[in-house]
Amino acid sequence: MATLARTPTQQALRRFLRSSSGKAGLFIVGVFVLLALLAPLLAPYDPAKDRNLRMRLKPPSIEHPMGTDELGRDMLIRVWHGSRISLRVGVVAVGLALVAGTLLGLVAGFFGGWVDILISWLIDIMLAFPSILLAIAIVAVIGPGIENAMLAVGVVQIPVFARLARSMVLSLKEQEFVAAARALGATNGRILLRHILPNGLSPLIVQATLSIATAILDAAGLGFLGLGAQPPAPEWGVMIARGFQYFATAPWISLFPGLAIMLAVLGFNLLGDGLRDALDPRTGRL
Amino acid sequence: MAAYALRRFLGLVPVLFGVSLLVFTFVRMIPGDPARVMLGQRATPEALERLRRELNLDKPLFINLEAYRETGRIEKLFEAQYPAYLARILRGDLGRSIFTKVDVAAELKARFPATFELTLGAMTVALLVGIPAGILAAIRKNSLADLLVMTGALVGVSMPIFWLGLLLIYVFAVNLHWLPPSGRLGIGTEFQPVTGLLLLDSLLKGRPDVFADALRHLILPSLALGSIPAAVIARMMRSSMLEVLSQDYVRTARAKGLPERVVVYKHALKNAMLPVITIIGLWFGTLLTGAILTETIFNWPGIGKWLYDAIQARDYPIVQGGTLFIAAVYVIVNALVDLSYGLLDPRIQYR
Repeated sequence: MATLARTPTQQALRRFLRSSSGKAGLFIVGVFVLLALLAPLLAPYDPAKDRNLRMRLKPPSIEHPMGTDELGRDMLIRVWHGSRISLRVGVVAVGLALVAGTLLGLVAGFFGGWVDILISWLIDIMLAFPSILLAIAIVAVIGPGIENAMLAVGVVQIPVFARLARSMVLSLKEQEFVAAARALGATNGRILLRHILPNGLSPLIVQATLSIATAILDAAGLGFLGLGAQPPAPEWGVMIARGFQYFATAPWISLFPGLAIMLAVLGFNLLGDGLRDALDPRTGRL
Repeated sequence: MAAYALRRFLGLVPVLFGVSLLVFTFVRMIPGDPARVMLGQRATPEALERLRRELNLDKPLFINLEAYRETGRIEKLFEAQYPAYLARILRGDLGRSIFTKVDVAAELKARFPATFELTLGAMTVALLVGIPAGILAAIRKNSLADLLVMTGALVGVSMPIFWLGLLLIYVFAVNLHWLPPSGRLGIGTEFQPVTGLLLLDSLLKGRPDVFADALRHLILPSLALGSIPAAVIARMMRSSMLEVLSQDYVRTARAKGLPERVVVYKHALKNAMLPVITIIGLWFGTLLTGAILTETIFNWPGIGKWLYDAIQARDYPIVQGGTLFIAAVYVIVNALVDLSYGLLDPRIQYR
């Protein structure tokens, strides 16, 4: 029968396409990715040279749909190019956290003993700090800037993945397929990476998607506080902070970057929900 | 239960020890010589040397192997910077600000009520919005109301808090002039606080004018800070309510012919609240310690704003003490939330 012959991937795809939040999220994220990739082709931009003081603080118009800022820069093009920075920060930071956290969690859960005690202790210590405070503290040590903000936002997310990976290993390592692999002479590394990890990947993927949303928010927060990307980079948080000074007379400078953050974060949140419906049908189905 | 509580709190000791180690290491890793920062560029080498000795900066960081080897006495091992630091914080001495010379522990104590009051305000907003919205969405599942609540909740968790704060200031303070944009009290309001919680103090002292003023200042930051927990609570309330409503005992209650109102609010709500209360507790800890952005935007004189200013000014004793304080409050609140499950839900057995 055709319905029984479906592979798990096909089943997951079907479930994903049935989830309206998943489709909405995929659409929003897709649009952002596309815009970010096409920005240099369709609208080349140099943030350091784009000044036109005669056009300062102009409200939205046909010519400048999002208005202009205090240096006469077109807000639309800045918000558009901001998507490149924010998506990159989100993906790189979460990629870092995903790899580092998963490795820590795998090792802790698989080997147990003092390795587990040590890693769990480190995770508990990191979780004792509110994430934005930890990110701020890291940047305070290594200095402000977009690369450092990326690192800080990523490090803050490590414990989430470490915990997830650790509990995944604990539930999988006693199963028969692991014993079978061991009986065939597989090494620890092979068992971890080829047998356990692929079977526990789903929750990690879901968490990674949701973490990108958090990372974008945290990075924008750092930018807003002056600790992330530095002007004149068209980073959304930085733009909101600059607009703050002209808030009473030119609110559009802060309004549009904020809307962009909200949409991007919403997109990743929706996508994460949809992926959870598709990959992890037992949980979150309410 | 008592044994579990004891174990839970003893479990905090290694975590807090690690936190102190991390905070200490962080501040030591910051480039620059603290003695130089404190005395300025024109300090004489002798003065610098004296201050370094006073601050223990001439000692090794974690353990003093050299002194131990020379004397062979084990206690010499601890003549190092971190052990001295740990001994000081255990006595409650968090040091003094580099620039203002204010005592960090005393200032934390003085500022904590402002942060606490803001947390209470935000939590009130979150509960008043989140719980009814979640119940409504659950009992009218798949209706327009449900869709609106769930969309609102998603937008709520996706909004940057500092941006929402700015929008609120723009609409309600700058344009409509309904509410003040920043601070805790209007300029020129003379008031000597007792506990530091202005709403409470003004009532204690019989000053309704101060109460109204403090309340008006509290509304906007509470709305901004409460938005995310409101959204999270609404989602949690909805899913928890839906789960409870599908259980057998609810069907029994309905079969007995009880009105839907009684079934929902009397039979289902109590059980549906349990996971929600967990979330509320955890968010209480988060808000209490994570209001840095909100306090900065609204110029709220709490711990978050002070810490942010200290980071900008590189006033390390404040950064060190404040971070340590926040982490300690956070893990203790979380432990208390853990313990409260047992009090609220007798089915839970602690082992």
